[in-house]
Amino acid sequence: MIQLDNVTKRYPGGQEALSGLSLSVDKGEMVFVTGHSGAGKSTLLRLIALIERPTAGEVIVDNQNTRRVKRRKIPAYRRQIGMVFQDHKLLYDRPVFDNVALPLIIAGLSHRDAGRRVRAALDQLGLLNKEKQRPQTLSAGEQQRVGIARAIVTRPKLLIADEPTGNLDPDLSLEVMRIFRRFNEVGVTLLIASHDISLIDRLGCRRIALDGGKLQQEVEPWQ
Amino acid sequence: MAVTRNTDAIAPVSTPGAFSIWLTRHASTALGALGRLSRQPLASLMIVLVIGVTLALPAAINVIVKNVQTVSGSWDNALDFSVYLKASVSVDEAESLAGIIGQRADVASVDLITADEALNEFKQQSGFGDALNQLGENPLPHALVVRPSPSNTSASMILLQEEIGNLPESDLVQVDTEWVQRFHAILDIVRQAIAIGSALLGLAIVVIIGNTIRLDIENRREEIEVTKLIGASNAFVRRPFLWTGFWYGLFGGSFALLLVYYGLFLLKGPVARLAGLYQGNITVATMGVAESTAIIGAAIFLGLFASWFTAARHMYRIEPR
Repeated sequence: MIQLDNVTKRYPGGQEALSGLSLSVDKGEMVFVTGHSGAGKSTLLRLIALIERPTAGEVIVDNQNTRRVKRRKIPAYRRQIGMVFQDHKLLYDRPVFDNVALPLIIAGLSHRDAGRRVRAALDQLGLLNKEKQRPQTLSAGEQQRVGIARAIVTRPKLLIADEPTGNLDPDLSLEVMRIFRRFNEVGVTLLIASHDISLIDRLGCRRIALDGGKLQQEVEPWQ
Repeated sequence: MAVTRNTDAIAPVSTPGAFSIWLTRHASTALGALGRLSRQPLASLMIVLVIGVTLALPAAINVIVKNVQTVSGSWDNALDFSVYLKASVSVDEAESLAGIIGQRADVASVDLITADEALNEFKQQSGFGDALNQLGENPLPHALVVRPSPSNTSASMILLQEEIGNLPESDLVQVDTEWVQRFHAILDIVRQAIAIGSALLGLAIVVIIGNTIRLDIENRREEIEVTKLIGASNAFVRRPFLWTGFWYGLFGGSFALLLVYYGLFLLKGPVARLAGLYQGNITVATMGVAESTAIIGAAIFLGLFASWFTAARHMYRIEPR
């Protein structure tokens, strides 16, 4: 699903966020990327989301070489991927329902047609009774669940998450990870950046540890 | 017993056609933009007022010029000029000359007043009939009254008068009505000035709307970034701003119309009094459907152009970080 070949990302300042990184994630896998801040976790996800382009090397996502995705085609490319962010990136001027419906509206569904799928997504995340509320009236965990609902409402094959539990307490973190696990069980490929190693170890997934933009170690699942 | 079930409930969601998608998107975006404007009523109202006043100004002057033209149009015969022919020119020659001049494109009609007709008229109107009878011969020349065609400008009018004056048969061209020509020249200038002024005011509207849209884009920068992050195209992100420009134009243009109509309504009384004083038949010409539509159309065009231009400039710069 995801393949990186010798990928280097150098920022204008000269600092190298990734240097010669190669890795691959199979279809249907749930993989964690760990490492200290500055290890290159976010850069990796940004390259996959085409927020950045690699300085060298190839990033191949779902058999598409991202180098060949033209600027004009980036929106269509991003629509295939579900994205979850540490700071949720919700729109606070509209209710939960509209936030979750946004990817469907972008894809061209009418508000009414989107309704059924939005409610299904909200239902999966236990937010059905919150659809009319504004995000700021929700707790951090609920806001993150809204962000996840928005990421999965289009039923993407790939979901990437950058520190999705970064602002959550341990109980909520575990709950969010269980939600991810459920998606994985129905065939969604997940790549999750996190520094919460104890939590990851409880889930028993493959773990890729980055350090200084390089692969430090790969920990295979114990299951 | 057969049980009928509502199959709609289990039918798959029909994929909407491209046109239907396009229409639905625009309808909901248009309403969304309208809703956004209504949530900041004061700011939106100010913009609409500014656009309205800015557009009402040239529109009102245009109506005034049109009215003045209607009034001065009844002075068309005042543009006639007389050509006195030399005493040596015979009636037949005068008649053929009148025919030749009458065929010119810049001449509407030519009347020949022979010396005898002129004398008779003079006798009747002046009261010197008896004295004039004493004269042995008619001292008056034949004269042509030339009515220029209405398509003449003041410049071509002068040319026409000169050309006729230079004919060997003509003795004197008398224009009593130069002031009318001057007046028309002034109207020409005013019309030009309106055209220039309208262009400048149109530019001002573009700047005003463009600036408002730019602020709007800045305020919604985060929203634009997030929307782009989850796969929105530039066109998708731009759409609500285009609709905002459209609504500004529509409401601004309508307000301008309202102002002009109200102004005309206020003028109706005084004009009627003036008409009464002159026992004239002066009516105020208002704006027709075509002109009203043109004003609203122009306003909408300016709104769309301003928002498109601004959004195109700023939208591409805002990318998720």
